[in-house]
Amino acid sequence: MSAELKTAAHVTNHGNGHVTVTNFAGRAHVALNDKPLRANFRRAMDGLMAKRAAQFPDAGDLAKLRARGAAIKERALARLPELLEQLEARCTENGIKVHWAETTGEANRIVLDIFQGHGVRTVVKGKSMVSEEMHLNAFLGEHGIEAVESDLGEYIIQLAGEMPSHIVMPCIHKNKMQIGQLFAEHIEGQRYTEDVDELTAAARRVMRARFAEADAGISGVNFAVAETGTLVLVENEGNGRMSTTLPPLHVAVMGIEKLVETMADIPPLLALLPRSATGQPITTYVNMITSPRKPGEKDGPQEIHLVLLDNGRTRVYADLELRETLRCIRCGACMNHCPVYARVGGHTYDAVYPGPIGKILTPQIAGLDVAEDLPHASSLCNACVEVCPVKIPIADILVRLRRESVRPSASQAVKGGGSGWTLSEASAWTGWKWLNAHPLLYRMGTGVLSALGHLIPPSMPPLKAWTSVRTKPKFAAQTLHQLARDKGFDDE
Amino acid sequence: MNDARTRILSRLRAAPPSAVPDLPEWDPPVYEQAARLARFRTMFEAMKAEVHDVDAATWPQRLRTLLDNRGVRALLHGDGSPVATQLAAAWSGDENAPELVAYDRVVEDFKEELVHRIDAGITWASAGIAETGSVVLWPTAREPRLMSLLPPIHIALVDESTIHDTLADLMAAQGWALRMPTNVVVVSGPSKTADIEQTLAFGVHGPKELIVLVIRKAASAG
Repeated sequence: MSAELKTAAHVTNHGNGHVTVTNFAGRAHVALNDKPLRANFRRAMDGLMAKRAAQFPDAGDLAKLRARGAAIKERALARLPELLEQLEARCTENGIKVHWAETTGEANRIVLDIFQGHGVRTVVKGKSMVSEEMHLNAFLGEHGIEAVESDLGEYIIQLAGEMPSHIVMPCIHKNKMQIGQLFAEHIEGQRYTEDVDELTAAARRVMRARFAEADAGISGVNFAVAETGTLVLVENEGNGRMSTTLPPLHVAVMGIEKLVETMADIPPLLALLPRSATGQPITTYVNMITSPRKPGEKDGPQEIHLVLLDNGRTRVYADLELRETLRCIRCGACMNHCPVYARVGGHTYDAVYPGPIGKILTPQIAGLDVAEDLPHASSLCNACVEVCPVKIPIADILVRLRRESVRPSASQAVKGGGSGWTLSEASAWTGWKWLNAHPLLYRMGTGVLSALGHLIPPSMPPLKAWTSVRTKPKFAAQTLHQLARDKGFDDE
Repeated sequence: MNDARTRILSRLRAAPPSAVPDLPEWDPPVYEQAARLARFRTMFEAMKAEVHDVDAATWPQRLRTLLDNRGVRALLHGDGSPVATQLAAAWSGDENAPELVAYDRVVEDFKEELVHRIDAGITWASAGIAETGSVVLWPTAREPRLMSLLPPIHIALVDESTIHDTLADLMAAQGWALRMPTNVVVVSGPSKTADIEQTLAFGVHGPKELIVLVIRKAASAG
């Protein structure tokens, strides 16, 4: 169960390379040597950063908006249990059936029961990260229900049998040659082309028929409004509206943290989300769903179900510092601005949520024993923190998780805490501490290193990892203390 | 399932409480009367939508030209809506006018036609938003949801006087929180995607084209 947020490491697929390494550093090494992959990400990230910057020309306005966005989510989290009950009550009054799931397994089972109860065979899906978290498509497939991704990017990676490499733009790692190839192989009658309009038209043709014949639609939820029981979905393509309007049955899945208090909270969040995500002033569609089809209405699903998923969120919630993670509105700005993500790409994280937010979310939900290396996959440059629209202190939480990975907190807020502890690292730090607390030994040690340090071969174990990609540092002939004394500074 | 509910809520209630902060001020933009429509137009046009000024009496003629240029043969309209009445009156007796198709059945009996045959759909927009260049569709039994989604061309009629500065302003003015309908959609352009190499392509699932007809006050219509 703890591995739900992670795929089996050995099936990681970079599209054009075959990767069988099991840790982040190893996968990163492979990705860094993958030239097309790096070009695809570099182009995309540069474009996204420039577009976002153009959307927020006034730093003062942005600061106010972010403060508002953070406060909206902070309020919602502070009142989460009562708001969840309010949402459930409003939805129920409006005719939406609400289900609760503690685990992804439970959530999958709930969705399957609904579908089997209605004799559902084929399902169209709007984009949903929670459904990725559940690995819902695979689960439904095992039970004879075909779930077709309808978002163009998700459709492409579904054809390729891959995972999203970005939470907003799932096939950002692919170029049009790769996609042209994929379409020519999988879509009947489609010739190879690199023309984006033609590729898009091919997807439209395939999906039209799918939408028309689907027995049900699945969607995620961007914001759920407790005040009115309204589900707010943002998108550009119209596939989300299709999936939630054309089939007779709609199932929405959401994490319990996606809640806001009031309708008035929606405009400021909409002013933040698309601008932060893709540098758009607004998405093409903001779709607000409050009830199934009412008597007399001619379209819309006759039944709507909402599945509220915990999957470790209540555990994160129990720690006030970690709770800030749950403010996330899934815009992806943190990954767009991350120097690590831009170079290694989303698949290197081997997790549903890649990039900075994934580095703090995955270890908290799946456990540090599963994702111990993720909090270390950061230079702590703080770029993610500066752009986060709801001001999540990602860097602070990364440091906290690094600490917990060797020394778990008393509250055990993070599962698998202490799993990163190794005797060699612990001994090294103990020795370091001891050396620094004993001036005579410290002076002797540094003196020996300046005299003889250059004799240590670069292939010796502690140095080896460092020198494999760097030249061996030169030890200065004099220690800093000696230099200071020579300059006439007194000791102490 | 009830057990899951109880356990989730009790875990949340057992967590340490945190303060409920006040909401700090933010400043959604405010436009002068003249700038409002200009902003509405500029933002829509930047998203490849067309915006045309029309007047309340003669817009069906204008629409006729726009649709002819696109070779539209079947136009979907609401069943018995004022828009439908006006169109029928203006186009009656005109053999070359596009066929007028009413959305007069439930979708289950209409799916084939909706998905494959109709070229264009026309809906009333309950309001406009200047900041983002958006129209608000408030679907009803007369003007159902799929009219603005399935046909390759969507035409939205909006009265100039209903164009608000921002969504925040509009929601407050119309008291949305107390009257949310089955579905509301804020539309800010034709269906689009940038999933392939961040290259914009239109009409991936919904309409390829969005035409916004702004009904101006009689004196100012162009």
